Amino acid sequence: MSIKIDRERCNGCGLAEEALCERICPGNLLFRGEDGRAAIRDARDCWGCAACVKECPQQAIHMYLPMQIGGRGSTLTARKKGHEILWTLRRPDGSEELFRIINERPEAVVNHTGAGGS
Amino acid sequence: MARGRWAVRVLHADVLVIGGGAAGCSAAITLRELDEDLDVVVVEKAHVERSGCLAAGINAINAYLNPGETPESFTEYVKRDSAGLIREDLVYSVARGLNEAAERLEGWGVPFVKDSHGRYLPRGKRSVWVRGEKIKPLMARALIYSGARVLNRVNMTNYLLAGGRVIGACGFSVREPKFYVILAKAVICATGGAAGIYRPNNEGPCRHKLWYPPFNTGAGYAMGIRAGAEMTTFEMRFIALRVKDVMSPTGALAQGARAAQINGRGERYLENYPDPSTPMRLYATVMENRQGRGPCFLDTTTLDPALSRRLKEAYLDMSPGILLKWADEGVEPHERPVEICGSEPYVVGGHGQAGYWVDIKRRTSLPGLFAAGDVAGGAPKKYVTGCMVEGKLAAEAAWQAIRSGDGARPMPEELLRRNIERELQWVMAPLEAETGFTADELEERLQKIMDEYAGGISCHYELCRHKLLLARDYLVQLRRDLARAKARNLYELLRVHEVIDRVYVARVLVEHLLHREETRWRCYQERVDFPHRDDENWLKFVNSRYDPVTDVVRIIERDYKELGESHEH
Repeated sequence: MSIKIDRERCNGCGLAEEALCERICPGNLLFRGEDGRAAIRDARDCWGCAACVKECPQQAIHMYLPMQIGGRGSTLTARKKGHEILWTLRRPDGSEELFRIINERPEAVVNHTGAGGS
Repeated sequence: MARGRWAVRVLHADVLVIGGGAAGCSAAITLRELDEDLDVVVVEKAHVERSGCLAAGINAINAYLNPGETPESFTEYVKRDSAGLIREDLVYSVARGLNEAAERLEGWGVPFVKDSHGRYLPRGKRSVWVRGEKIKPLMARALIYSGARVLNRVNMTNYLLAGGRVIGACGFSVREPKFYVILAKAVICATGGAAGIYRPNNEGPCRHKLWYPPFNTGAGYAMGIRAGAEMTTFEMRFIALRVKDVMSPTGALAQGARAAQINGRGERYLENYPDPSTPMRLYATVMENRQGRGPCFLDTTTLDPALSRRLKEAYLDMSPGILLKWADEGVEPHERPVEICGSEPYVVGGHGQAGYWVDIKRRTSLPGLFAAGDVAGGAPKKYVTGCMVEGKLAAEAAWQAIRSGDGARPMPEELLRRNIERELQWVMAPLEAETGFTADELEERLQKIMDEYAGGISCHYELCRHKLLLARDYLVQLRRDLARAKARNLYELLRVHEVIDRVYVARVLVEHLLHREETRWRCYQERVDFPHRDDENWLKFVNSRYDPVTDVVRIIERDYKELGESHEH
């Protein structure tokens, strides 16, 4: 199961030392190619965790199912916004379903002990 | 990439923590809370922000004591679910810390779903709902704020030993030609379990569509095995009941939405099997399929359609692939039963109980080395919160050991140099090979051997002596072939080492499977030549130690002990 990188949308995170997707891929699979844009070393090795889909500030990465396990063109993209994550599920017929899910307590203290957080 | 171009970096720390997951983060943060002068280094093969099991997030905390549950009742449950054989001392010590670990996660910013009284909303007796999509970045943030030093993208390969004591570990950067030698007064191993030992359900473009992360390849086990540490209960493999093809977890459907397991005829087949334990739910599914009553499903058609939307949200927090499956099939979750199947077998101590044989303080059999989380044995069903508790316990014991002066003695300079040179040569050898086997070829061989001779999916997880003996022979051969591995770059080198580690894990696994001549855990350890549970002879632990000189795995039997008695080294 895999991801696809839209090379038109990807800007390689500009001058950043490391692209965000390159930084967070748990399989060390993403890197910037010679054109400075993100690429995957071997699509077969992707776990499908969607970490890169959520992290990409350009929404240049989407998730899909390969044909082998019934993939017919649906995609998932995501965008981080404050303490929430916004997901877009796009069906093969073009219809969309949107989700807005909290992923961090807004009142959480930024203190490693966790003390004082109510 | 010649060896001469590699830079060797020698680092010194008070404590080295290997692995930046739930157990490792918890260990490092605890150490820094105990003593802010302590120099703690955490080494992670990916990036702590999104590494390991929690990379995709979670939608439930599966080990939590809801009102009415106690550490005693939790221990009793785990014992019953694990056919009566667990390390009760370890499980009890995990249970006592579960709720504090959950509160700690909330303090780090993980949103818990709450009821009208402000209590965590139960999903089952021992689990609660969370909106944990971001659990790993929040854990990593707490780790960074603790002041521990974090070394990302470094894959550890072996411990450094002096006089039988672990004094550090070596590893290589997966991004640049740098070799790390980290010397410490105490080492805590907190790596993940091992996926990819068996041939997976899916192939080709979907070969990594596993339930457990394919990047957890048993490095911590393999390092311990090669150093001669005592390991326990590898034979209690873990095989998960999962959503077919996308391998998504089933808890949100089965436990959260109370969807029943039905067979192809629409019958609730679990009623026809003796006990409702975790392995039995899988075994029943395998048997229904074998006896022509498959396929099996979780019956979501009885759900309130309004629940469908909430289910999709829960899956986005943990395993988004299943939403694509529903969308591609053109159905909503309540419109069609969800087909289920067994996963490939894994070796993982957070679910099963394979791992280092530890005492109550999480000390391994090697002085100076502690283990916590998926890599520590004897305590199944600890999950995220239990791994955090073990990390904390290991940290407290490591700190005590350091304070009492039980630190490592420095290795003589010349000996250290020779050790580093030998390790560097072994680690880099695949880069220097002109011809040889690729990581893919070695992996496919390993997975074929294990699938066909050591109880993989293709033989319904069944084991028997004669096939296991063949597995043993083929694995000995494969271990020799590892010396002919080749890699063209750092990524391939990482993948080669991931296969090397899994071959060591597989060899120990096969010896454990051979030794236990009974069937204690359905599917996990299903000996068709010894089909019954035999408490009279086998209510005991099967442990092992590998001897790297003779290349032999020696089995050690250890007594089962009831709560109140502890195992000492």
